[in-house]
Amino acid sequence: MNNNYIQSEFPIEVHNHFEVLPDDLFIPPNALEVCLESFSGPLDLLLYLIKKDNINILDLDISHITDQYLEYIELMDALKFDLAADYLVMAATLAEIKSRLMLPKESFEDEEEDPRASLIKRLQDYQRYKTVSEKLSFLPRVDRDFFIASVSLPKIEHEKNEETLFTKEELFETIKDVLTRPNFKNNHLIDYEELSTKERIQILLSLLKKTNIISFSKTLKQSEGKKGAVVTLLASLELAKEGHVELVQNNSEELFLKSLRSISIE
Amino acid sequence: MNNLIINSVEALLFGSGRPMRLSEIRNILENSGTTAELSEIKQAINDLEERYTNTSLEMQEVASGYRLQIKQDHSSSLSILWNEKSPRMSKALMETIAIIAYKQPVTRGDIEDIRGVSVNTRSIRNLLERNWIKISGYKEVPGRPALYVTTKDFLDDLNLRSLNDLPDLPELENQEGDILSQVV
Repeated sequence: MNNNYIQSEFPIEVHNHFEVLPDDLFIPPNALEVCLESFSGPLDLLLYLIKKDNINILDLDISHITDQYLEYIELMDALKFDLAADYLVMAATLAEIKSRLMLPKESFEDEEEDPRASLIKRLQDYQRYKTVSEKLSFLPRVDRDFFIASVSLPKIEHEKNEETLFTKEELFETIKDVLTRPNFKNNHLIDYEELSTKERIQILLSLLKKTNIISFSKTLKQSEGKKGAVVTLLASLELAKEGHVELVQNNSEELFLKSLRSISIE
Repeated sequence: MNNLIINSVEALLFGSGRPMRLSEIRNILENSGTTAELSEIKQAINDLEERYTNTSLEMQEVASGYRLQIKQDHSSSLSILWNEKSPRMSKALMETIAIIAYKQPVTRGDIEDIRGVSVNTRSIRNLLERNWIKISGYKEVPGRPALYVTTKDFLDDLNLRSLNDLPDLPELENQEGDILSQVV
């Protein structure tokens, strides 16, 4: 049994504590919890005691073990119930073995099996697995002793890669296409005209009645803004088309509307 | 040896990050248009093994196939890099997995008999979650307890190809004869 292996998992103080502990199976109550945790079970503890101190089952003091029973039961509320119970079973087994050995044998014919034999067999069996479990724990283990090598490949496979790769010219052509493509998705809201061309025509005609010629800019209203200018222009063009007015532009940039025939409001 | 096959095998092993069987590699290569015999793939793996001699990599055969590993020499630096602290396995847990590994299939009761202590549900759950053990069936006795066996993942994680690679279980007779004499 490799005690160093066991003890290495616990603080030094506990280690020292154990040095005093195992005169026999009696475990001081304040050490019980540590004891329960540091040994993987009662068989483990028993093996430890046997190896460490050459404990002889025959020498066990049953009264001590009985005292310990009571201590255990008192402590069970706070401790791991299952585990404490396992130790109790072991203590009881030891007590039973001792009491049977101490009984005088009635006759040689009534030879019963040595009560120690089954315990020893269990101890031996346990020892085998304990030894091998220590070997297992020293085997190289993934992510503890060694790591798996891998690289992250692009999600696409190699061949597809070739297809999806493109040149910078293609990239340029694509962005050009995208930028010049009409935006079909834009919304276009059709709205009522705020300013009607027909109405504007009437206004222009009535203006032209008074003066034969007016400058385009004079007919515009500041408040109507661009829309006003557009509507007025449309009205002017409509009038010119119908032959009501002539659009005259001299050297200046100003556009003039000149009445052609006598204007009558229809 | 065809370099294409060697490199393709390497790429697959690198990309998968897990063990791959020769047949799996062959099927994938075939689907991608490279026909190769199993023997050729095995040869490629041998060639890669050789190629890695003076590198940080190594080829390892485990229960689920072949995989690429980083040589153990670099584990200490990688542990720092990934701040990897693989959870410590308690003695109890190691004893439990050892008993399952060597005596499988076993019930919880079998484990308890050997260890002389009740088996914590957490231990079994821990091993199931690691995917180191699985339930192979139920024993036809009252209560129908689950029978546990080890998995390929268990072997993979310990760099083993099969259960035969496990360390030998000490013989019952010769082992610890001194205990017998001491106790009796």
